[in-house]
Amino acid sequence: MNVPRRGTSDISLVLCGAAGQGVQTVEHLMVRLAKAAGYHVFASSEYMSRVRGGSNSTEIRLGSVPVRGLVDRIDVLVALNGGIRPNIRDRIDEETLVLGDPEELGDEFASLGERFVPVPFLRAAREGGNRVYTNVAAAACLAAVFGMPFAALETYFAERFGAKSPDVVKGNLAVAEKGFALGGDLLRRGVLRVSLGHASPQGERIVLDGSEAVALGALAGGCDFCTGYPMSPATGVLTFLVKNADRFGVAVEQVEDEIAAMNMAVGASYMGALPLCTTSGGGFALMSEGLSLAGIMETPVVVHLAQRPGPATGMATRTEQADLELALYSGHGEFPRVLFAPGTLEEAFSLTRRAFELAARYQTPAIVLTDQYFTNTSYDIPLPDLPDASPDRCLVEAGPEYRRYEESPDGVSPRSVPGFGTGLVGADSHEHDEEAHVYEDFDLRTRMNARRLRKFEGLRREALPPTRIGPEDADILVICWGSTRPIVEEAVASLGRTDTAVLHFAQVWPIAPEAEALLARAKYVFVVEGNATGQLATLLRCETGRRADASVRTWKGLQFSVEEVRRGLADVLDKTVGR
Amino acid sequence: MKDPRIFDMDHADLSWCPGCGDFQILEALKKALAELDIAPDQVVVAAGIGQAAKLPHYMKCHCFNGLHGRALSCATAMKMANPDMLVLAVGGDGDMYGEGGNHFLHTIRRNPNVKNFVHNNGVYGLTKGQASPTSFVGMKTPTSPEGVFSEPINPVALAICLGASFVARAFSGDVEQTKEIMKQAILHKGYALVDIFQPCVSFNKINTFKWYKEHTYYLDGSHDPGDREAALRKAFEAEKMPLGLLYRRERPVFEDHLAPYREHRLPLYRRRRDMKDLETFIRKQYA
Repeated sequence: MNVPRRGTSDISLVLCGAAGQGVQTVEHLMVRLAKAAGYHVFASSEYMSRVRGGSNSTEIRLGSVPVRGLVDRIDVLVALNGGIRPNIRDRIDEETLVLGDPEELGDEFASLGERFVPVPFLRAAREGGNRVYTNVAAAACLAAVFGMPFAALETYFAERFGAKSPDVVKGNLAVAEKGFALGGDLLRRGVLRVSLGHASPQGERIVLDGSEAVALGALAGGCDFCTGYPMSPATGVLTFLVKNADRFGVAVEQVEDEIAAMNMAVGASYMGALPLCTTSGGGFALMSEGLSLAGIMETPVVVHLAQRPGPATGMATRTEQADLELALYSGHGEFPRVLFAPGTLEEAFSLTRRAFELAARYQTPAIVLTDQYFTNTSYDIPLPDLPDASPDRCLVEAGPEYRRYEESPDGVSPRSVPGFGTGLVGADSHEHDEEAHVYEDFDLRTRMNARRLRKFEGLRREALPPTRIGPEDADILVICWGSTRPIVEEAVASLGRTDTAVLHFAQVWPIAPEAEALLARAKYVFVVEGNATGQLATLLRCETGRRADASVRTWKGLQFSVEEVRRGLADVLDKTVGR
Repeated sequence: MKDPRIFDMDHADLSWCPGCGDFQILEALKKALAELDIAPDQVVVAAGIGQAAKLPHYMKCHCFNGLHGRALSCATAMKMANPDMLVLAVGGDGDMYGEGGNHFLHTIRRNPNVKNFVHNNGVYGLTKGQASPTSFVGMKTPTSPEGVFSEPINPVALAICLGASFVARAFSGDVEQTKEIMKQAILHKGYALVDIFQPCVSFNKINTFKWYKEHTYYLDGSHDPGDREAALRKAFEAEKMPLGLLYRRERPVFEDHLAPYREHRLPLYRRRRDMKDLETFIRKQYA
């Protein structure tokens, strides 16, 4: 079989295995080897909420041009265990080649005939000396198939396990050698013919996942404090910061609950730290009273809200875009806030950084919305730009006459922290006077609330306009937000229409003033989003007056695929624009 | 030694009832700080919600008046952001042991250098007389007309069980002794709980000033605060309840072990991120 298949320019490889079988390791390895070999690479994993067993998968796309969307198409499926779930099985088509060990799979794929290729991964692992390294055998086999040198595997294991565990490196390599030979055998037998031109990417590139992009963006934004309670899919950011706390001087604590996490962030911010809370919808719901506290105290806090399906526990390890309204309306009372929804890893880095910057400048909460799909997706991006200067905490020294909440034209009162100067710095959850003391006076209340809300005007002026991908004069706008951007882009490109552009909102609050004109100009507006009720469509209608002509939505718990969006758009185009 | 009047607020409109124990606790606190030579700009008083939690509004200090039950969380974080600032967490029994119960447990486990002064009057004052976590069984209140059914929390016993590094009890009616206990708590390295018995003249007709006088006594030199079992026995005494230092132990302080403070104690707000180092890190880790 030839890959890429006719009509495509990249290879889609899917690996399935039980939790505990090391599918993640294969993904990690393949992505790094592919990048080293000069490919553009994309990987995204989906997994069940269990520690052992079940069936998890990861999709890897290799291309000579950047590939960033999730596709249904599977060119090569590697099954490490049996019991492949329908979300994978139903995607096996007449051109999919399945590699697996009959010793493990039995006759699960018998109906595929010659498109099932038996590969003795278990034997390779056993002969290499460790039967639990089936995943390594499979990874090495694929490395050989895709023309990666064995030396790359040696480098990978040496770097991953290093001098600390030479035996682990040796054990992995012994199995890798056997697996690599299996790959060579597949090529010699002509089972697979790979003809993927190598890329020559411009400039220095890095490969990372969504959690890492958010966490690195936080560090670039000056984050020096993080509290969290473990919750999928937001935990990656917490563990990243714990792991790197020493190097970057971050005070990190896993706390008793999300209520503590948010209140601690507010307390730390009051003292001048730049805090981050990382959580998912359920945890964020617990944070909402504290978010409101940050609103009235005017303490900068940044929240990473990694969405998963709700209500309640919902689907713990799955994905959804259904917490836009939660993030927008959480917290009682009225106070300004900023919501970002990065569509690419570059944006996750730059917008998390910006969240810190705006939170500090406007003394108010900023929320970065990602989701399970996004946090568990990785691909190569250019090395991000970093400023030389350390982020500005926007603090002033407090003199003896200092008052925390002075009137100001833009609503932003000069902010100090205890210990910075001799003045006293107050903060109060009640409505308060300029010195932060509780004082019930209706004129004061009117003035203070108006001042805080005035900050919103500045935030709106600075809001990022949506990104248009496609012709400026497009009659049809396909609108999306957050993680779906590369998928919608690829789907729209595949439609080949010159009258259609994608409009992606990476900032979903405040909505940039430019959006109104952009939407008004379009003849047709379609909104693609990963929820059942059309939360962005509703928000855009409120903010711009423009009602979407049709929507493409999903709430099954899995991210849209390119094909799914393409089908959805083709259908709404048919019904509205006509042919 | 400073003059306690440096903590006086000139225009504070105090909303405590005449005769409330909160006045004596405030007086004891001002004296304790003054005698330890601490100035208003060297102390943050973090509070939640309730009559007791209004205290930071009534004295000169860095006043942080947050949400109900969350003073300990905020106070812990303040120490994480600036380990050399004196941080007190002040509030009532409902605030600290009810709404904030979970944070109370976990703050003790962490042992930040936070001083936790709890005005314990066994009743809700601000919301007008409902039962609190320390109300006695049988106490009739608007929300327990047939008498409180649940058994009260014994905060000092609980703190000793959890391994709190400093556990003391005081009585607001004795300003001098309360002040001395507060001073010891402030000088202690680590979390310090001072549970302060306090009459509520408006709503608690059981635990009155006279009742506390008759049902408490001061620990003397025969009690060894380093003996956990002895401390626990004392904490469970009910006929006459001991006042003073029940238990103390040396424990590593939470904020000291955090990554930023391994080499120096500069507060976070005075630090800068080395962006070149971040770039080097990204290049190396993700190439």
